[in-house]
Amino acid sequence: MLVFPNMAGVAAKNCVHFLLNALLRRGYTCIGPTVRDAAIVYEEIRAEDDLPIGYTDEQDGGTYRLKKRNDAARFGYTVGPVSWKQYLFPPSTLLMNAHRTADGFLTEAPANRVPIYAFIGVRACDLNAIAVQDRIFFKGPYVDPTYKARREAAFIVVVNCGQAGRTCFCVSMETGPMAKTGYDLALTEILDDDRHEFLVEVGSERGDEVARELPTRPADDKDGNAAQRMVDRAVAQMGRSMNTAGIKELLYRNMDHPRWENVAARCLSCANCTMVCPTCFCSTVEEVTDLTGDHTERWRRWDSCFTAPHSYIHGGSVRPTTLSRYRQWMTHKLATWIDQFETSGCVGCGRCITWCPVGIDITEEVRAIQETDRGKGH
Amino acid sequence: MEKDIEALLTEHPFFKDMTAPYKALIAGCGKNVRFDAGQLLAKTDDPANEFFAIRHGRMSIELHSPERGPLILQTLEAGDIVGWSWLFPPHRWKFDVRAVEQVRAISFDGQCLRGKCERDPAMGYDFMKRFARVFMERLEATRLQLLDLYGNVSR
Amino acid sequence: METSLAEPMLTVPVRVRKNRRESDDTRTLELVFDNPANMPAWRPGQFTMLYVFGAGEIPVSISGDPARRDTIIHTVRAVGDVSRAICEAKPGSAIGVRGPFGSAWPTDRCEEHDIVLVAGGIGLAPLRPVLYTIMANRSRYRRVSLLVGARVPDILLYRGEMDGWREHGIDVRLTVDAATPGWQGSVGPVTTLIPRIELDASDAVAFIVGPEIMMRFVVQALAQRGVSLDRLFVSLERNMKCAIGFCGHCQLGPAFICKDGPIFAYSQLQPWLSIRNV
Repeated sequence: MLVFPNMAGVAAKNCVHFLLNALLRRGYTCIGPTVRDAAIVYEEIRAEDDLPIGYTDEQDGGTYRLKKRNDAARFGYTVGPVSWKQYLFPPSTLLMNAHRTADGFLTEAPANRVPIYAFIGVRACDLNAIAVQDRIFFKGPYVDPTYKARREAAFIVVVNCGQAGRTCFCVSMETGPMAKTGYDLALTEILDDDRHEFLVEVGSERGDEVARELPTRPADDKDGNAAQRMVDRAVAQMGRSMNTAGIKELLYRNMDHPRWENVAARCLSCANCTMVCPTCFCSTVEEVTDLTGDHTERWRRWDSCFTAPHSYIHGGSVRPTTLSRYRQWMTHKLATWIDQFETSGCVGCGRCITWCPVGIDITEEVRAIQETDRGKGH
Repeated sequence: MEKDIEALLTEHPFFKDMTAPYKALIAGCGKNVRFDAGQLLAKTDDPANEFFAIRHGRMSIELHSPERGPLILQTLEAGDIVGWSWLFPPHRWKFDVRAVEQVRAISFDGQCLRGKCERDPAMGYDFMKRFARVFMERLEATRLQLLDLYGNVSR
Repeated sequence: METSLAEPMLTVPVRVRKNRRESDDTRTLELVFDNPANMPAWRPGQFTMLYVFGAGEIPVSISGDPARRDTIIHTVRAVGDVSRAICEAKPGSAIGVRGPFGSAWPTDRCEEHDIVLVAGGIGLAPLRPVLYTIMANRSRYRRVSLLVGARVPDILLYRGEMDGWREHGIDVRLTVDAATPGWQGSVGPVTTLIPRIELDASDAVAFIVGPEIMMRFVVQALAQRGVSLDRLFVSLERNMKCAIGFCGHCQLGPAFICKDGPIFAYSQLQPWLSIRNV
């Protein structure tokens, strides 16, 4: 049984060194995991040493700690506060330039440079998040040109998970821990008492082309099984779970459930969850003038539904309370998103649980409502 | 040629599906009336002994202000009922009532009707239920008027 | 060309040809493109994002005649910085437009039906294009009523055009919450007009624009007359930034008001409209 259908070979533990060389030579800006400010973030990397070698993360509700491992794992962690949306859907994007003329003004679209990225270390959950955002930004009739250009250029190197964190629940959301499709290359780090290697899978023509520059030996069933054991360990370690059966209807009929007051009493409306969530896409549009008042720029910036101005209209906010805003975020993520985009908005990465200062757990909130479901009519 | 009052009651929404015996009783207190455009039918503090079921035309409920003249509170049209001060002591009109345009209506004698309701409580209850509905609708309308309902649409 | 689908966030400069005062805080602007070929085609119910250089944008319903290719017309009420600046834009000055955006009134569903148009305050502006469409082919429609409510007579829009509408067989009825001296019309909320019009409720279609409270009462009054909620259409508003369904601000439940709306069948969104703060 071929569990890893795209197996192309097995590379040594330093395969990222060769991978980076191959990608840098092709002009890619490589974004990958690195340690900064006591966390593992995704930033530009240039050498294998930039990886968080020998590091892991311990996460739980409202908790993130970087810890040293007792091995030299390259990808021995789960996910950090940064996701790939930062690179495909940048926090600030210039949309338009305008300048005053004698009798009015002129506008022009900016010539935004399109960075050519290679994403190294894309987790299956995050790959799914990219696919979720594809549906937002590609879905007709409007296409976001910034997202589209960066997305099409981006070379994706998945690294399947060999462990899971206490806030992970990709298994419940059916988004991981293994990526089956949608990547250029996929690596599975096989690290146990006997060996430290990478199973390499090819998912596209350009992935195949790059893979040829990696020193690999042929892969066989034993390699496949070893990689499978890594993935199985991740499955077994899943820290959280969510029963998603009928979740849209569940939330639709519980919009007045008392649990919302319970969570609203804890929520600080700090918007952390929306910042770290890899699928959240709210943005705002701002006009910024220079000091002369003759030049204006229109910028798109990340925004969050947790802010009061988000729903402001005619002198007031439609969602004036933390309760209404938390409810908006959670029901959008898990329910209305399905009606809008035909998928869930949640990929089970657990970031919102980890990075919530008070440890609000979306899986626990769902469970609480499920257990006291008001039923039809409220 | 004027139809008889009972037949006119059948056409008016206020008396819709009232039973025939009750309609006949009430019709006995009613008569046809006509008013010219601009005619004042009732003045504030006048004795109130009648109410109207409008058949055609528009009437206004007004209050007279010394500085500003007549202030229109609400207008009522065919199918509406005008006047409830006859129901309760001191039986005096609280507001002015004017025919804005030519009006044809049925006028009901208040004392006659109050007497019949006292003597036949079942009919009285039916009648008061209908009037209570008028109060409710009038109050709802007044509340909406007070709200400055249209203040918010800016697009 | 319309605001190109490829550049929907790019504002096109236009010139103010006329700025007509409707009331103390409301103006109707006629906008023209320097190159007339840039004038977009649009449908009744759609809106554009009007722009004041350096200040920002607001969504404004288009309120003119869709058959006119010489100008695009908007009626704007000054409630904030940008709308105030637009209202003060003198003829000859430049403002910006992008669009049109959004869904349209389903006028094609109204042929052979009675139509009721109910407008509260400035809500008449997004309905006026429907009137033009109906008047251009009056025989295609049956009874057409226009019910307009306003706080006081002075803020009723387009009063000078209403006799013309009546001549086209539109039953125009006005009502105000508070009369001013000389007012000979109805006084009372717009809901009181609904029982008075001639209507075949079994297949009548209604278009309603006004604040949500008003819409709710109007819908109730129409439903009481037997008009089905599937044939009641409303124009909704929410905070808008991008107008193309990306920024997420205008969501009401699963609907993006900017691209799934602003025109909706009431039955479609009724469950969401009845939840507070959603």
